[in-house]
Amino acid sequence: MKTRATLLRSTLVIGVLAATAVLSAPLALAQAQKTLKFIPQADLRILDPITTTAYITRNHGYMIYDTLFATDAKFQVQPQMVDKYELSGDRLTYTFTLRDGLKFHDGQPVRSADCIASIERWAKRDALGQKLAEVTDSWKAVNDKTFTLKLKRPFPLALEALAKPSSNVPFIMPERIAKTDASTNITEPIGSGPFKFVKEEWVPGSKVVYVKNTDYVPRKEPPSWAAGGKVAKVDRVEWIYIPDSATAAAALNAGEVDWWEQMPPDLIPVLAKNKDIKVENIDPLGSMGMIRFNFMYPPFNNAKMRQAVLYAIDQNDYVIGIAGDKKNGHTCYSYFTCGTPLSSEVGAEPMKGKRDFDKAKQLIKEAGYNNEKIVIISATDQPIVHSQTLLTADTLKKLGLNVEIQAGDWGTLITRRTSKEPVDKGGWSIFHTWLVGPDLTNPAVNFAIRGSGQKGWFGWADDAKIEELRDAWFATTDAAASKKAADAVQARAFEFVPYVPTAQFILPTAYRTTLSGVIIAPITLLWNVEKR
Amino acid sequence: MSTALAASPIATSKSVSPTWRRFREAFRRHPTALIGGAIIVAMVAVAVFAPWLGTIDPQAVAPIKRLRPPSEQFWFGTDMLGRDVYSRVLYGARVSLVVGLAVAGFATIVGLAIGLVTGYVRAVDAVVMRVMDGLMSIPSVLLAIALMALTKASIGNVIVAITLAEVPRVVRLVRSLVLTLREQPYVEAGISAGTSLPLILIRHILPNIVAPLLVQGTYVCGSAMITEAILSFIGAGTPPNIPSWGNIMAEGRSLIQIAGYLILFPGIFLSLTVLAVNLLGDGMRDALDPRLARRM
Amino acid sequence: MVAYVVRRLFSTIVVMAVVAFVVFSLLYLTPGDPAAVIAGDIATDEDIRRIHARLGLDEPFLVQFGRWLWALLHGDLGTSIFTNLPVTTLIGQRVEPTIALTVCTLVVAIAVAVPLGVIAAAKAGTWIDRAVMAFSVLGFSVPVFVVAYGLILTLSVELDWLPVQGYRNFRDGVWQWFRHLILPSIALGTVYVALIARMTRASMLDVLAQDYIRTAAAKGLARDQVLIGHALKNAAIPVMTIIGMGIALLISGAIVTETVFALPGVGRLTVDAILRRDYPVIQGVILMFSAVYVLVNLAVDLSYMFFDPRIRY
Repeated sequence: MKTRATLLRSTLVIGVLAATAVLSAPLALAQAQKTLKFIPQADLRILDPITTTAYITRNHGYMIYDTLFATDAKFQVQPQMVDKYELSGDRLTYTFTLRDGLKFHDGQPVRSADCIASIERWAKRDALGQKLAEVTDSWKAVNDKTFTLKLKRPFPLALEALAKPSSNVPFIMPERIAKTDASTNITEPIGSGPFKFVKEEWVPGSKVVYVKNTDYVPRKEPPSWAAGGKVAKVDRVEWIYIPDSATAAAALNAGEVDWWEQMPPDLIPVLAKNKDIKVENIDPLGSMGMIRFNFMYPPFNNAKMRQAVLYAIDQNDYVIGIAGDKKNGHTCYSYFTCGTPLSSEVGAEPMKGKRDFDKAKQLIKEAGYNNEKIVIISATDQPIVHSQTLLTADTLKKLGLNVEIQAGDWGTLITRRTSKEPVDKGGWSIFHTWLVGPDLTNPAVNFAIRGSGQKGWFGWADDAKIEELRDAWFATTDAAASKKAADAVQARAFEFVPYVPTAQFILPTAYRTTLSGVIIAPITLLWNVEKR
Repeated sequence: MSTALAASPIATSKSVSPTWRRFREAFRRHPTALIGGAIIVAMVAVAVFAPWLGTIDPQAVAPIKRLRPPSEQFWFGTDMLGRDVYSRVLYGARVSLVVGLAVAGFATIVGLAIGLVTGYVRAVDAVVMRVMDGLMSIPSVLLAIALMALTKASIGNVIVAITLAEVPRVVRLVRSLVLTLREQPYVEAGISAGTSLPLILIRHILPNIVAPLLVQGTYVCGSAMITEAILSFIGAGTPPNIPSWGNIMAEGRSLIQIAGYLILFPGIFLSLTVLAVNLLGDGMRDALDPRLARRM
Repeated sequence: MVAYVVRRLFSTIVVMAVVAFVVFSLLYLTPGDPAAVIAGDIATDEDIRRIHARLGLDEPFLVQFGRWLWALLHGDLGTSIFTNLPVTTLIGQRVEPTIALTVCTLVVAIAVAVPLGVIAAAKAGTWIDRAVMAFSVLGFSVPVFVVAYGLILTLSVELDWLPVQGYRNFRDGVWQWFRHLILPSIALGTVYVALIARMTRASMLDVLAQDYIRTAAAKGLARDQVLIGHALKNAAIPVMTIIGMGIALLISGAIVTETVFALPGVGRLTVDAILRRDYPVIQGVILMFSAVYVLVNLAVDLSYMFFDPRIRY
């Protein structure tokens, strides 16, 4: 009995080994194509870049859609899908002609009607688009390749609006999809861009797959930010979402992925030792952190309280807290992204130099602070948000204020910040967040600086004066006047303090040296990248 | 769950001192249980006397001193905002121990109450046990996360969430003990003598349940501390500015390759404490009745 | 026996109904709001209210429950609020890694724990016994993610023997599939090994003290045969019980393991859904886990018949 059992057992073992050997023959033959494995900054859940401003969806948009115009590295507007364009003498009519050979992923050619429907949908959601819509008389399709935009009055930012680099980007979709209501997510990701979305392989929370669009006709110019030729140099792109940074770093180190979009600066030493990995700051504009107040209730409904914060917090702490060191971050005492034309330090005196706690305490006294509870809502799964929370809480406590931190995750925070109740009924006094450089470059795109009250962004900052100054900026026609008007807006911002800028930082990117052609831009672009 | 297990007879005496004698003997045979007890006492001491053990304010941020490895000045190093890890770990003992002990306490009391009732009142039994089975079939961590996601993060809510997840097991234990004890001759004698139900419960049933319940309590305590750590790891745990071993590790997890001490020290403290609790429970269980090992 | 199975299945349905009700009502009470999460960063109150209405989140509780239950009975677990994909599809996509992880862990754990428990019992009182017991207590004192990170740091990063993360499909190559599951299985299995080893030892000790064992030894059977042929089979029942109850532990641990090792499984799906308040996914997944737990325990109970011929239902 023993021998029979043994025989049976050995046969089984051999059989299993054999089967394993056969099954293990990898399908390496099919892998002659180049696949770029990329770790994105977040998980792609919403496929509609118009209904959401989430940056991950914007990046997805850049993969599969194309735009009429685009901004280049010199902040100039360049035509992208448009071949030629002209402005009438009275500056009220633009005429656009599309390039040849533009097709959607389903084979249909791109027509004027598609462009018009897409722009109109975008204009319903985007702040700059809404401004454009205000001054628009009509869009008309002359024929399938030519269309016009007629304005009610001259609007110098029209092309800048159509070339907007960051959320929301006026991507062009087929007319039938663009006709979807602007509050309903589209479900068909069909565009005319350099990559196609492979829906069957999409595993939400884990993997997104794109393949090269072989029908795409790139422009001849070299790429510069989102402008120029978009040549896809890999056959397939996989976005592999790894939420745990330690795991992501290890994966990149081991070569299991090629490129990590945004890495926490602290982990640079882990990757720096590996000579097959390059860590770079490819983002020239970076992002800016901010402290946002709730204007509806005490104590921060009083301007003096908000100004007190300006005198007390030290941007240097935030730079280190967020970026780890001075290489990846620096102070920026401006409401407009430092390094862009309209940025300056006008009005920033309270924030600069040695901190003045006495002045801060005095302002607090003048404001009549009566020990009201200050609730700071925070998100523990967002290290940048959370570090800022802890730093601000520390400073406010040193000022003798009554502070409480209530932390949840990001999902909880963006729910709670919609609450217009007082603090003891689930409301909030302060939250922290950060916005990317392109979203803060001027009074048009910077929605956080506005004083539109109840109709505005969470916090409901209320100030008629800054709205006037903002409108005045829109009316300027040359660079010098524009700068002056922007300075006026910023000066007022430092008086009424819609938010406090905390630091400017760059999240470095890391990729293996098998990649080349990575574009330096404030947005993540995957064309032009080659893999050896 | 299974009726195939024969109920093992439990010591039927209602006097208490033999139990303590048995515990003492067991501790002599299982020195590990004594060690466990000693460690727990030490941890409690650490938690209580934290302010006097060379600590500074665990929430004081000092960004300029961030991510310093352990040194003379900072025995366990500093974290990403310059806070002293040694202080945080010591104060963290408070939260982790409070959560562990509170959950053990509440789960035991609530489980006892429900278990006694279902053990005795048949009508209630069917309904309540289905509910308990239902709760038990939802993995405890998931249940706890779901509950935490409903409310704001606070130590109290974490305690409630984990307690709810642990109660069904206690109920199951109490119920099976009650069912067994009910059949004992002295209980039947008591009923036929006219003793009221509460008195029967107090005089006959309870004394024989206390010991196994205590043992189960220790396991619940250990499990609760680990669940709290997991909740913090996932981001659904205690509020982050108040240090607990779980959330110190959660905050430091992405930096494991450059600052492993952020996970090492709280990890050691947590593992040691849970280990101690488990050893203690084992010793107590062996003292009580080695055959109980089957049921637990 | 059929009557027993039918009775058990019926009570299973009752239990599932309870779970369904509990899960559904928990989420209904939540102050968190998926509409705000969907609307994104720069949404206004009206946007949020509009999304709210469109998703039917405003209707009364019983109406929502009724609708959901009806759909459920038709095999429709609803549609994810965020991705607009059916919940069944989402689960279907991610079920393979979780099953693979669980099965691997079970196999590894049982293969390691049972022999350990048997050896410890056979050599009760010696240092081997104490070592096994010490190791097993350690096993369920250290949290899963600490073990996981420890393994990654030593075996993947330092020694580069095994991959750090990720999952390879079974049909793409068995060896790769297995390689990626080794570390996660070890990390997850530690707790399970501890539990099973202890239970095996305790149960074996019990059985070994029985008369029939002494008789078998006296008859001249070899030690092995006594241990495995007679003792283990009889000791198996409590061990099977523990295995069944441990499934819940396994599922809990799988969540953490999937996060650390970036396995695209159902555990991670659930956590993401909970934190995002994607109700349909949460309900669907918790229901699924509960069903698995209940069915596994039913299987365990039925397996008793195999181990103990005296048991007939």
